[in-house]
Amino acid sequence: MAEQQKKTGAFDIRVVIAALVGIYGLVLTILGIIADPDEVAKAAGININLWGGIAMLVFAALFVLWARLRPIVVPVEEQAAAEAAKTKE
Amino acid sequence: MLALESILRLDATAIDYIIIATYFVFVLGIGYLAKSAVSNSLDFFLSGRSLPAWVTGLAFISANLGAIEIMGMSANGAQYGMPTVHYFWIGAVPAMLFLGVVMMPFYYGSKVRSVPEFMLRRFGKPAHLVNAISFAVAQVLIAGVNLFLLATIVNVLLGWPIWVSVIAAAAIVLSYITLGGLSAAIYNEVLQFFVIVAALLPLTLVGLHKVGGWEGLVDKVSASPGGAEQMSAWPGNALSGFSSDFLSVIGLVFGLGFVLSFGYWTTNFVEVQRAMASKNMSAARRTPIIGSYPKMFIPFIVIIPGIIAAVIVPELAQFKADGTGEVTYNDALLLLMRDLLPNGMLGLAITGLLASFMAGMAANLSSFNTVMTYDLIERYIVKERSDDFYLRTGRWITVAGTFIAIGTAAIASGYSNLMDYLQQLFSFFNAPLFATFILGMFWKRMTATAGWTGLVSGTATAILVFILSENGVIDLPGQGASFVGAGAAFVVDILVSVLVSLATAPKRESELVGLVYSLTPKEQRTEVAQAGDQGWYRRPVLLAGISLAMVIVLNIIFG
Repeated sequence: MAEQQKKTGAFDIRVVIAALVGIYGLVLTILGIIADPDEVAKAAGININLWGGIAMLVFAALFVLWARLRPIVVPVEEQAAAEAAKTKE
Repeated sequence: MLALESILRLDATAIDYIIIATYFVFVLGIGYLAKSAVSNSLDFFLSGRSLPAWVTGLAFISANLGAIEIMGMSANGAQYGMPTVHYFWIGAVPAMLFLGVVMMPFYYGSKVRSVPEFMLRRFGKPAHLVNAISFAVAQVLIAGVNLFLLATIVNVLLGWPIWVSVIAAAAIVLSYITLGGLSAAIYNEVLQFFVIVAALLPLTLVGLHKVGGWEGLVDKVSASPGGAEQMSAWPGNALSGFSSDFLSVIGLVFGLGFVLSFGYWTTNFVEVQRAMASKNMSAARRTPIIGSYPKMFIPFIVIIPGIIAAVIVPELAQFKADGTGEVTYNDALLLLMRDLLPNGMLGLAITGLLASFMAGMAANLSSFNTVMTYDLIERYIVKERSDDFYLRTGRWITVAGTFIAIGTAAIASGYSNLMDYLQQLFSFFNAPLFATFILGMFWKRMTATAGWTGLVSGTATAILVFILSENGVIDLPGQGASFVGAGAAFVVDILVSVLVSLATAPKRESELVGLVYSLTPKEQRTEVAQAGDQGWYRRPVLLAGISLAMVIVLNIIFG
């Protein structure tokens, strides 16, 4: 099973996107928590770093989830057969 | 040349620089990771035709989401208001759907490696040479313009000297494309797409909150010099330059929609190359169709901030009222960022802009190296060498292209008007190309001679209209002159092609299988069912229909 449908190496662009957006989310969330009230006032009273950061963390988590649930598979001839076998098990 | 202390200077702090630097680490990392996937020239130039449709679909719109698009469309938003959405809803989206539904089967099905190569197989060498050379020249010049714009922004925002920014940006783009080829360019475009959205969406939301939501924006724009008509998309007289409502709608639908946008989106190899990199026919057809979904919402994060900037940034409101002050419409986004974003989000917004400018340049270079290598060098100069030779050639062509782009950027810095002209001129070139393609794909009688004569006469017409409008002989403000130029080029191309075709001998029908609609068996035009392609949501025509319906609804809501 694992042989026929092996995942491609570490390079899944979804994970890369999630990593970058996740780092940004983390940095912005921290900035938002320690925000100076004057800076918040600049963005019309919204703590945009905090909310933007949280939204990015959620986005990153969703992308990782997607990559986990639907990993890239190397096309194998017997892929369809393998899937059928999997559902029988 | 540019003021060292500009009122646009953003006070970026250490944290903003860290955010920008993180992005560049990722960009170069992708180039490095993609390198392991390049083992032959097809990998380098077309990603081995292996990418999934959502990746190529996002790259498809990201390749176009460059400096000109983002700054230009927000500037148009600030100046004209909602009618600017026509570039997306009448222009891009229908053309992208047409490409996916009607034209992609011929591009992908015939297994050509570039748009000029399709020209070669349909019309022979003269048309191929005209197309390949004009495309290569245009790309390398536009890459220079993108590079220059990027450097100007870095100069204004962060205070780096222009030449330092030019070389730094060129070095980064060059290193990831020469390493990873088209895969690196495409993966970076996908990353860029998300960074651009992450940068512009918060800006838009904060801006809308500041003006008091949508109603607040409508009230403020209605009270501003633009007036209430700037908040509805139709009939868009100010944008088209026609005073009659009827002519304006006709001009928008046929000039902008049919001729200019169909020409751009369906024949421009920069775009089509992304679809050609996808893994099968179904994915290739879905590429522009999937791209159309985010494309129809991009106006909300590009045009709306422009409109907001024109009513809440005092300098820009003053400029719109009486044309005085130090700023212009092109500064709309930057001014809004300066006024609304705290450090942190500001760094992300700058990153988004830099990302978009590099996306444009990388897209130009990655299509330039393909056309130079496959269409010019392999076909006419150094024939029948090993694949390895062409892979190496492609890498060196990328280096050469980058140096030419740095040179173009230097010219652009001295003659900024010249570059505006060139750019406008290139936008005309696609109209005759589209005419030749569409006639060639659907009319088997069209001959090889008609192919190149139509193209040349159509392009000449476009240039003539351009010169006349620059000299004031044709006097249309707004975008009217481009619409007329593109329309005239289209009509002349069709007329010449038909007349020449009737006077010359057509190609044998056996040579046109896969290239002309009526001679291509249905199985070759439609996708073969493949594992992983099942499900209604993967059917290209259905997806296109949903997209079209959504765009019509958007037109009604914001009409």
